[in-house]
Amino acid sequence: MATTDVTLQGAPGRLERKPVVNDMSIQVATVNGSGSQSSNTVLLRSIFQMGVPVSGKNLFPSNIAGLPTWYTIRANKDGYIARKKEIDFLIAMNAETAHEDVLSLAAGAAVLYDEPLSLNSLRNDLTFYAVPYDKLVAAVCPEAKLRKLVKNMIYVGVVARLLDLDMAEVEKALRKQFAKKLKAANLNMAAAQAGFDYAAANLKKQDPFRIVRMDKNLGKIIIDGNSAAALGCMFAGVTVVTWYPITPSSSLVETLIDYMKEHRIGPDGKATFAIVQAEDELAAIGMVIGAGWAGARSMTATAGPGISLMAEFAGLAYYTEVPGVIWDIQRVGPSTGLPTRTSQGDILSTAFLSHGDTKNILLIPNSVSECFEMATDAFNLAEQFQTIVFVMSDLDLGMNNWMSDPFKYPETPINRGKVLSKEDLERLGTFSRYKDVDGDGIGWRTLPGTDHPAAAYFARGSGHNEKSQYSERPDDFERNMERINRKFETARSFVPRPEVVSAGKSKIGIIAYGTSHWALVESRDQLKKEYNFEADYLRLRAYPFTREVHEFVEQHERVYVVEQNRDAQMLSLLKLDVRPELVTRLRSISHIHGLPLDARSVTDEIMTMEGK
Amino acid sequence: MATTSSTPAPKINRIGLSVMEYKGGKTTLCAGCGHNAISERIIDAMYEMGVQPERVAKLSGIGCSSKSPAYFMSRSHSFNSVHGRMPSLATGAMLANRNLLTLGVSGDGDSASIGIGQFVHLMRRNLPMVYIIEDNGVYGLTKGQFSATADVGSKLKTGVVNDLPPIDTCSLAIELGATFVGRSFSGDKRQLHSMLKAAIAHRGTVMLDVISPCVTFNDHEGSTKSYKYMKDHEEPLQDINFVPYFEEIDVEYDAGTTVEVTMHDGSRLRLRKIEESYDATNRIGAIQRLLEAHDKQEVLTGVLYVNSTAPTFIDLLNITEEPLATLPESVTRPSREVLEQCMEELR
Repeated sequence: MATTDVTLQGAPGRLERKPVVNDMSIQVATVNGSGSQSSNTVLLRSIFQMGVPVSGKNLFPSNIAGLPTWYTIRANKDGYIARKKEIDFLIAMNAETAHEDVLSLAAGAAVLYDEPLSLNSLRNDLTFYAVPYDKLVAAVCPEAKLRKLVKNMIYVGVVARLLDLDMAEVEKALRKQFAKKLKAANLNMAAAQAGFDYAAANLKKQDPFRIVRMDKNLGKIIIDGNSAAALGCMFAGVTVVTWYPITPSSSLVETLIDYMKEHRIGPDGKATFAIVQAEDELAAIGMVIGAGWAGARSMTATAGPGISLMAEFAGLAYYTEVPGVIWDIQRVGPSTGLPTRTSQGDILSTAFLSHGDTKNILLIPNSVSECFEMATDAFNLAEQFQTIVFVMSDLDLGMNNWMSDPFKYPETPINRGKVLSKEDLERLGTFSRYKDVDGDGIGWRTLPGTDHPAAAYFARGSGHNEKSQYSERPDDFERNMERINRKFETARSFVPRPEVVSAGKSKIGIIAYGTSHWALVESRDQLKKEYNFEADYLRLRAYPFTREVHEFVEQHERVYVVEQNRDAQMLSLLKLDVRPELVTRLRSISHIHGLPLDARSVTDEIMTMEGK
Repeated sequence: MATTSSTPAPKINRIGLSVMEYKGGKTTLCAGCGHNAISERIIDAMYEMGVQPERVAKLSGIGCSSKSPAYFMSRSHSFNSVHGRMPSLATGAMLANRNLLTLGVSGDGDSASIGIGQFVHLMRRNLPMVYIIEDNGVYGLTKGQFSATADVGSKLKTGVVNDLPPIDTCSLAIELGATFVGRSFSGDKRQLHSMLKAAIAHRGTVMLDVISPCVTFNDHEGSTKSYKYMKDHEEPLQDINFVPYFEEIDVEYDAGTTVEVTMHDGSRLRLRKIEESYDATNRIGAIQRLLEAHDKQEVLTGVLYVNSTAPTFIDLLNITEEPLATLPESVTRPSREVLEQCMEELR
């Protein structure tokens, strides 16, 4: 196979292209419901197993079968795993989108297509490879009804040949994918091999893209953010889980059910947890609050529409001071919006969810490992501060596969917060539920069922005094609300601190959070390499903002706040928090197209705003 | 008993508590409100059953009825929550601590209108709890609008007539899976008292619809939820006799006229038939009889349906005996080896 001195097909006279090794974006265009997910995972894992940093992003429709779907695999030797705007290698399986997919490619890209689509006539500045999938699949799969599912595995073999992937790694990945189904594994392996053999015999390598073995993934795992969150919740000691199915959060609880059934059944065969599919999000959050009030570590997972429905109950929990954790796997709103696309659009709604004065703690993971770690943080903070804690993941993080170092066992003990036991009550004689005895705004609570005559208090969403008695007195109400606000101020010192990636090197600062981080890592390198432009960078990990955030804004003349929503939601929160004279330093870079943020867009926008 | 003092020592129940230990705060509801009578019956039933007040969790939604948990059993934890959504709160509480005796107090607006969604799902789960609807056919706190249990043709004080059919929470509860369903009247002290004691002994969802007249907004001529209307139209199905497991049975019963139901804890519920053909263990018959009652403008009271053997939601979830709320970290956080195993599967 030609691996060097590759020339562009149909472009005589052009300069020979140097090989492009371990730096490419592969896009697979298929129809959803066609089983391509397995093929794509095998392809991703094969590259991963060859030690090359890789990420996979599924761009799918809100539909079960029949609509176009695109899966993008990015392999990058430098570890950039954000979405790359340009596609280098297109695998065109979907007749419906093939023309547009091909026309949108940049010159020099390669296209692998189903022979009958005859895409090679569309352009002359691309490399085309035709594969007769139907013919190949018929040979390896006698059962006609299975062919549709097996067909997609053929392109894995073809790509393996063209990109120089080790077929042994493909087989390993494939056998892992079909671990519980030997027959399916064999059938699919035959298909992959058929693709490989066909390519070896019939396709002449004409593109520059290659995968060469590296050692960057030693010991690493591949997992999606929702599964990582599920694991995190199990190790955080969650006991009550309620949910109502909603994309993109459903897989979090579904994975959690699997893990809990495996690892949280006691020696007596009984569950040390309860997982309930509720009738709607109202009931899901109601159960979380009922369980939290009665002392369980309770959680639910949802997305924007669910958050909207939970608003009233969130206020009840805020005001009666009941712990609970809500995972918000953000998707594009408003309304139904783009239910299968990613965003960071729920920042403001969650921060202030409910009527009256409410402020909620938000934790914002940027990676699968933070999904795991922040689960423990979230439950501990919820019980410490007796309030709802939101974990703000998103579809890109939650539903896509990410590489990661293995998760570290949580060393922080489970913190159940200020709970008075029967013995405490015997010593104290009495207690006042909402009295700030420690100066941190946090009162002591008791759990229903505590066997002491003084244990009970009357939790109520209506006005109450320190003893939790009904009160409409203005002074009682104001004092109580001020105390609850003190809890929020106290929380500033306990929430996860931001990651100050770079400080003191530039007058320009960038603030980003969550999955935007991965575009920022790459964008800052682009800015430096291409424009010799250095910018400091702080990655937010929580709301309320900690001291470091204020310092960062103070230290920079201009601060770009990068986020994936229309209305600069995090910037709005920062405006409310920083000193008034610093507000004008904040500049917004916001995108809301439903696609994961890419580095190039950020780089271009910063340079434009900097007048360069 | 004390013999040396001139004042007799207070009577105590089987766990050594006087009835005072079951009292609540002073009611702020209207004088004569049926809800106050229900609170009294709850106090008496809990006292007589010897329920440890600390074991009880009182939950409510929003409305006059939902205020009433403040007026009984101050030694029990309580949660007055949001409108119509107490069932989910109660569900969460029971998941967290299966040993609680959960008592939900709701109203007809709270359950049959804004809360109907949570109500029906609570019924179908057969969550072990006692759910009482204090049913007066109107919204009291917002000054007298019709609720969804108001009968066709019933008239508001303002003269507005209700045209829509009522939601019968009892037939709904029976259809959906509640395992102890009854209807009573706040003014029928004896019946309600026995029914509440049986409700405490039952394991599963108890749904009691208690007609509880609103003296301020719905006790006039033309109302079908007034004291007078109930006196004229109440049709008790049985004479209810409840014998708790801790009491000797001193009277035998006639199997021809009385149905005896053995409850989960060994208590016995004896239903001496007033309406001979009524069988409280027949689900379909119960629903049919309720539909007929609407046509005949009868208010059937008594134990409408009972099934003391159906599995509860807690059984179905196979939850461990110890409350989930207080499981130690050693149980709720798997070991390092488990994490290592999970990581290995992801490599």
